[in-house]
Amino acid sequence: MAKMVNIQIDGKNIQAEEGKNLMLVARENGVFIPSLCYYEHIEPPLGSCRVCTCKLNGKHGPACTEKVSEGLVVEVNSPELIDTRKALVEMMFAEGNHICPACEKSGQCDLQHMAYELGISSTRFPHLFKDRVIDYKPSRIVMEHNRCIKCLRCVVDVKSKEGKRVFNYINRGNETFVGVDYEEEAKLSDDEIMNAMHICPTGAIIVRGVSLSKPFGDRKYDLESVQKHRPATENKSGQRPLNQEKKIVATVSLAGCFGCHMSLLDIDTDLLDVVELVSFDKSPLTDIKKFTNRCHIGLIEGGCCNSENIETLKYFREHCDILVAMGECAVWGGLPSMRNAIPISECLEEAYLNCVTNEPSSNIIPYHEDLPKILDKVYGCNEIVKIDYFIPGCPPDANHIWKVVKNLLWGEEYSILYSEFKYD
Amino acid sequence: MADSIHPVFNEPSNTQMMNQLWELQLRNGLITDEDIKQLALHHRLSEIEVEGVVSFYHFFHRKPTGKYTIYINNSIVAEHKGYQRIVETFERETGAQLGSVDRTGTFGLFETPCIGLSDQEPSALINFYPFTQLNAMKVKDIVSRLKNGVTPAEICDQPEDNIRYMPPDNKTMFFRELKPGASLHKAHAIGAHHLIDELKKSELAGRGGAYFPTWIKWQAAQKQHAHPKFVVCNADEGEPGTFKDRVLMNKVPHSLIEGMIVCGFTIGASHGIIYLRGEYRWLKEKLEQTIRDYHQWGLLGKNCGGIKGFHFDIRIQMGAGSYVCGEETALLESLEGKRGEPRTKWFFPVEKGYLQQPTVVNNVETFCAVSQILDLGTAEYLKLGIPGSPGTKLISVSGDCKLPGLYEIEWGMTVAELLELCEADNPYYIQVSGPSGECISIKEKFRRISMLDLLARKDIRCGGSFMVFNKDRDLVKALMNFADFFKKESCGICTPCRAGNFIIQRKLERLDHGLAIPSDLEELKTWGNIMKCTSRCGLGKTASNSLIIAMDKFKDYFDQKLDKDYNGLSLKFDMEAATREYEMYKK
Repeated sequence: MAKMVNIQIDGKNIQAEEGKNLMLVARENGVFIPSLCYYEHIEPPLGSCRVCTCKLNGKHGPACTEKVSEGLVVEVNSPELIDTRKALVEMMFAEGNHICPACEKSGQCDLQHMAYELGISSTRFPHLFKDRVIDYKPSRIVMEHNRCIKCLRCVVDVKSKEGKRVFNYINRGNETFVGVDYEEEAKLSDDEIMNAMHICPTGAIIVRGVSLSKPFGDRKYDLESVQKHRPATENKSGQRPLNQEKKIVATVSLAGCFGCHMSLLDIDTDLLDVVELVSFDKSPLTDIKKFTNRCHIGLIEGGCCNSENIETLKYFREHCDILVAMGECAVWGGLPSMRNAIPISECLEEAYLNCVTNEPSSNIIPYHEDLPKILDKVYGCNEIVKIDYFIPGCPPDANHIWKVVKNLLWGEEYSILYSEFKYD
Repeated sequence: MADSIHPVFNEPSNTQMMNQLWELQLRNGLITDEDIKQLALHHRLSEIEVEGVVSFYHFFHRKPTGKYTIYINNSIVAEHKGYQRIVETFERETGAQLGSVDRTGTFGLFETPCIGLSDQEPSALINFYPFTQLNAMKVKDIVSRLKNGVTPAEICDQPEDNIRYMPPDNKTMFFRELKPGASLHKAHAIGAHHLIDELKKSELAGRGGAYFPTWIKWQAAQKQHAHPKFVVCNADEGEPGTFKDRVLMNKVPHSLIEGMIVCGFTIGASHGIIYLRGEYRWLKEKLEQTIRDYHQWGLLGKNCGGIKGFHFDIRIQMGAGSYVCGEETALLESLEGKRGEPRTKWFFPVEKGYLQQPTVVNNVETFCAVSQILDLGTAEYLKLGIPGSPGTKLISVSGDCKLPGLYEIEWGMTVAELLELCEADNPYYIQVSGPSGECISIKEKFRRISMLDLLARKDIRCGGSFMVFNKDRDLVKALMNFADFFKKESCGICTPCRAGNFIIQRKLERLDHGLAIPSDLEELKTWGNIMKCTSRCGLGKTASNSLIIAMDKFKDYFDQKLDKDYNGLSLKFDMEAATREYEMYKK
């Protein structure tokens, strides 16, 4: 029988087995500490993602590499620590190229899940858009480097029968990626290869055949938070006092697909109520091209991929009190930003010169002074102007958009529910 | 050698990996696919594991590096002393572009962070032989001689020690005469247990820059029951601007060896390993000669120094170009022939270090100090320096001063005094302890350099690097140089360091292009703090130090870099830069 020790987590006294991993102790006592690399049976713990950073006896440190000892005082949920952990998850989104709407693992991805739990609607960091080449060489899997967060789980856990590693870090610094040993990978059993896919906290390891013939996501993270009392996120209130004045809204689709606008219409008959409350100024819904009034809210769909987008966005900023980025593309670039890691010349040549559907003799890259100019990359709206609020989703749910807009317009407090967080 | 003394203990084959890779790299100029296959077979690893090791160290290449491999130092001091011109000259003379090999396969041209010759910049390594104080003429001459078949070994420079200052009245600590064996015999006379007390009295603390009390570390290792134990010397002096260990190993290698033997005697270790950074390969022969001498004198090997039952031997392990391997647990990983990734703090090295055995890791200067303190006597040692911070400290001075070189100062000297000694030229800011240290403004020149008051920020603790910059130097450019350094040297294992340094560098680019707004500075500060709180090892924890401090101390400077038209709503956008590539399609 192991010796029991007394520790304290967020002021709560807890008895635990001496030397036991703090992550386990916290979990057993209903304290949620987010983590992306911790995996119970991997010993010693990996300590690579750092998302479980807490204060241990007053000093910052990861919970996953802490053995509990008598008198240990742990601080988990202070505002500073919550923000720090949020920042780390945001960093992963900024570092990789995480296109949730196009990912097989969306809905049961640990990274996405943590972001929902922590209430992340946009990342504070600039997206790095590093070119990461997908590795199709392994015979059984596809290694999607865009999605890898370098948690080390597969490196340490997946081994051949002779104990050789199948995955390993290659390079260092910001060039680090997880390489696959093709020879050893081919030798793994079906179960082992499935295990590799499942321990991956993101969709970086995809088993051929399995995931492509049938999406393997049963969307286990969509509905409910694992936290009993999930801290309310984004309690924001609008800037205007309550009154009966009709509000003016403008909308636009920049480098988007109009999907967010479609979603907006999805509230069906509630639209009739909406029309009572607000009027639309410049918007594809009204086809008004130029602002006729100053607007209370501008809803922006899509990021900026050309010079005209930039001008339009600035025009909106000048004429709207509150600017809301609606949908993934507006928030950080979204699907169109898949081109960001590729040189613009290659994109243009692929689209206009080498494309198989081109008609003969029409191979020309369009350039005219009246045409908007393509930018070097797709920019999220907040890289160009100040954005006041972000609504993630591809597209965001119609009711959610209206909830946000209404609350902003009439200055009511609101909080985003766990189930409303979606990146796809 | 080790085997003959300790037949019971063999280091596993993996520990030889680094040496084997070095041999292949030096012989063929690259590591081939076939090499990787063979090594994997030999060590019973998968190929990807060997590949992982090779790709971690920047002196190992998978592509040819030419008959003559040239590494030009790109540290900030070198940049100020004409790095760009040297690169251009090398490119013109050799026909190779930086980062590649010329068409004939003769010259490979690469950049590398600080090679420990900051007092003699610009400098370069050619086939790992040092070439210092380069200028266009000299480069031209070197390349033409190499083309004529002269070997780099024949024409390389012997880097000067440049010892500029020692405490007056012959009070030098590190460069005293030390009779081989003297310290060991004293240690034997005092006895292993009392020696710990002596160290405690001397207040000696780790000179690598962390200042962890040496006696605590040694005592902890002494108390361990597991055998064998190891003594590891950290000679991976990678902090840009530092070269004190280089001078020590060149000038007084015996005091290092002696210090390690004393440590071995104290903690009951049988093996010593010097982890020498790849950049200092030219010092290897000297150290080996010293080790051979010590063997000859009976001070290494069986019954060292005539002490019955004390068997101790030392070998040298070469690093291969990785700053993070200066972190002690990363160094241990590297010694084991793995990627130099810092370990978690699940165990301390004194409990489970090299090969999971009790291990003491200390810096070169610490070992040298131990042997000298013993020989000098603790009482005499305590007379040096100031109360609470006794002794002397080696400081590598470089940058904008007339007399760059090594300064042995008594603790307690002020920055102003040191600046005067080195004849600094209009100093404006000083980078103390390297990029991961602290930057100070000339306004703080009356601060003392000591081990005291780290938190009160009254005194300055200096790890060894002291880079002086004059008023004309661009501070943001220097910080960008540091950011680029950390981005490349991060081991890549933890998120805040791997991604954080990359992100910070991007933000600094905005600042440099005049696109930043006031909130960008605030963000940089909070982001830097997040890296500090969450990173796995010292690299990530300290990488943002200078930046955060600089933004406070040089506020005016940063303010003038900000976008002046910022109205709180629209950010500055460089449309010309963003559409430059597309404009090429204009007919």
